[in-house]
Amino acid sequence: MELNSSPLQQAREILYDGLWNNNQALVALLGLCPMLAVTNNAVNGLGLGVATLIVLVVSNVLVSLIRDYVPREVRIPIFIGIIATAVTIIDMLMAAYVHELHKLLGIFVPLIVTNCVILGRAEAFASKNPIWASALDGLAMGLGFLMVLVVLGGLRELLAQGTLFDQAFLMFGQQARDWTLHLFDGGILLAALPPGAFIGLGLLVAGKNWLELRRQSRLQRIPVESAHEPAKA
Amino acid sequence: MNRWPMHGAPFLHADTSVAKVMLRVQIASLLPLLVHIYYFGWGIAVQWTLAMLTGLVVEYAMLHLRGRPVKPFLLDGSAVITVTGLTFCIPPESPWWLIVIGVSFALIFGKHLYGGLGFNPFNPAMLGYAFLLVSFPAYMTQWTLPSEVSGHTLSLTESLLKIFTGKLPDSIMDQVTGATPLDHVKTGLTQGISVTDTLHNARVIWDGIAGHGWIQWNLAFMLGGLYLLWTRTIRWQYPVGFLGALGLMAAVFHAMDPDHYAPALFHLLSGGTMLAAFFIITDPVTASTTPLGRFIYAAGIGVLVYVIRTWGGYPDGIAFAVLLMNIFVPLIDQYTQPRVKGHRT
Repeated sequence: MELNSSPLQQAREILYDGLWNNNQALVALLGLCPMLAVTNNAVNGLGLGVATLIVLVVSNVLVSLIRDYVPREVRIPIFIGIIATAVTIIDMLMAAYVHELHKLLGIFVPLIVTNCVILGRAEAFASKNPIWASALDGLAMGLGFLMVLVVLGGLRELLAQGTLFDQAFLMFGQQARDWTLHLFDGGILLAALPPGAFIGLGLLVAGKNWLELRRQSRLQRIPVESAHEPAKA
Repeated sequence: MNRWPMHGAPFLHADTSVAKVMLRVQIASLLPLLVHIYYFGWGIAVQWTLAMLTGLVVEYAMLHLRGRPVKPFLLDGSAVITVTGLTFCIPPESPWWLIVIGVSFALIFGKHLYGGLGFNPFNPAMLGYAFLLVSFPAYMTQWTLPSEVSGHTLSLTESLLKIFTGKLPDSIMDQVTGATPLDHVKTGLTQGISVTDTLHNARVIWDGIAGHGWIQWNLAFMLGGLYLLWTRTIRWQYPVGFLGALGLMAAVFHAMDPDHYAPALFHLLSGGTMLAAFFIITDPVTASTTPLGRFIYAAGIGVLVYVIRTWGGYPDGIAFAVLLMNIFVPLIDQYTQPRVKGHRT
């Protein structure tokens, strides 16, 4: 980050990075295990996304608070300790207030501790930046991750069973029982199975790259046709 | 057409092209197609036409989107082979959208997303089949019974009606579709009926060997395959390795416990065994390419097919076996490089 840029500019950059440019799910491809395993419907994605978001903000703030007092040599165990504390609190809160969803997400809530996104942001950003910037970074990165979880979950749910926001009552209580949208019956079972997660994520990454390429070629005033064949990675 | 003029040493020129190879494979699959029509009715002809139209549209669209020249790739016939291979695998009277989705998935996800013909690690036809089997299991396991068993042959109009509207009187449908012989043996075992009893009592099984129609169909594939071997379109290591491993596994287990394990001949002549041996695992793109590697690859598929058929959850395991061995092809190729002539180790 530029030292001489204004706080507002910095904030805008952090938000843009987290939501789009350096999206942890679509660009960094971190946290794949929970992302692929729980996103068989939109509500599961939302639940895990919110939990990850809160952990990310809390851990970023705490890490940033103590950043000047942590010896470099032992920083990773200390970060993990902080993250584990935050995850434990979230885990217990979820067990208390959204118990059904907590049971569905199962092992993946405690496993947020090992989610590389969180340690990655603590190490790459929070340990080097002031508290407000770290909090904002946690929020932006968490929202970017949450967005992908919900979109991927919704996509797979729609393809596999033709519904959206099935089981929303697990998160929002009994009044949410009729929030479920039934669009059609039946569907492609594969989308709900593990291969569907990989294929769906691949399509989302490809879509993001396609949008990016199109934007770049517009900026350079090159006709869109040249964007048809993406550069070999 | 000689695109690569020869210079220098007198190389042996094989004079083949993708289109030529694909044409030979297509010729070889004519006989099985006719046998299939004879025993299982016109369904497959309708499905094949549908599949070809879908294949053409998808192929054209994908080549256009990828900015590739359409004509040479469209006319090389590789999509035709994928489409034909997939058509043979799906039930003849399945609804029309099944083959359309399957062909689209096979060509788009199995071939073009990897970079087109020559770059796909997995056999596109088998990928399409596995996709359909996992996604729509109910439609994929109802096979038309051969006319000798059901006593009723579906006419062309009946097949068309069933495929496009799904509305055929239930009385006829229950009569003409049922489980395949592989299915029968498997469900028989779960009900405590020994394989020997199933083989001799099930209506769909011919003379205690394998299924009515299925035997003739498999033999037709074998004849077509021999034509391919004769024209040097495919290498002998594939069928020999595959059929050898499958037959050996079946023979050993059958000898140990004939009540639980079907005899080798049953395995060799039912399901898609011969289709796989001569037409599926011989795909030059996704198969191993070194002489020893071809043998290991084919034998691996044979063993896996037996394992999935005998202890797995699906009645036939050819698609999964082929896909699993496709993953190992780069590894097999690396460790079976032939020694350069004159090189000492």
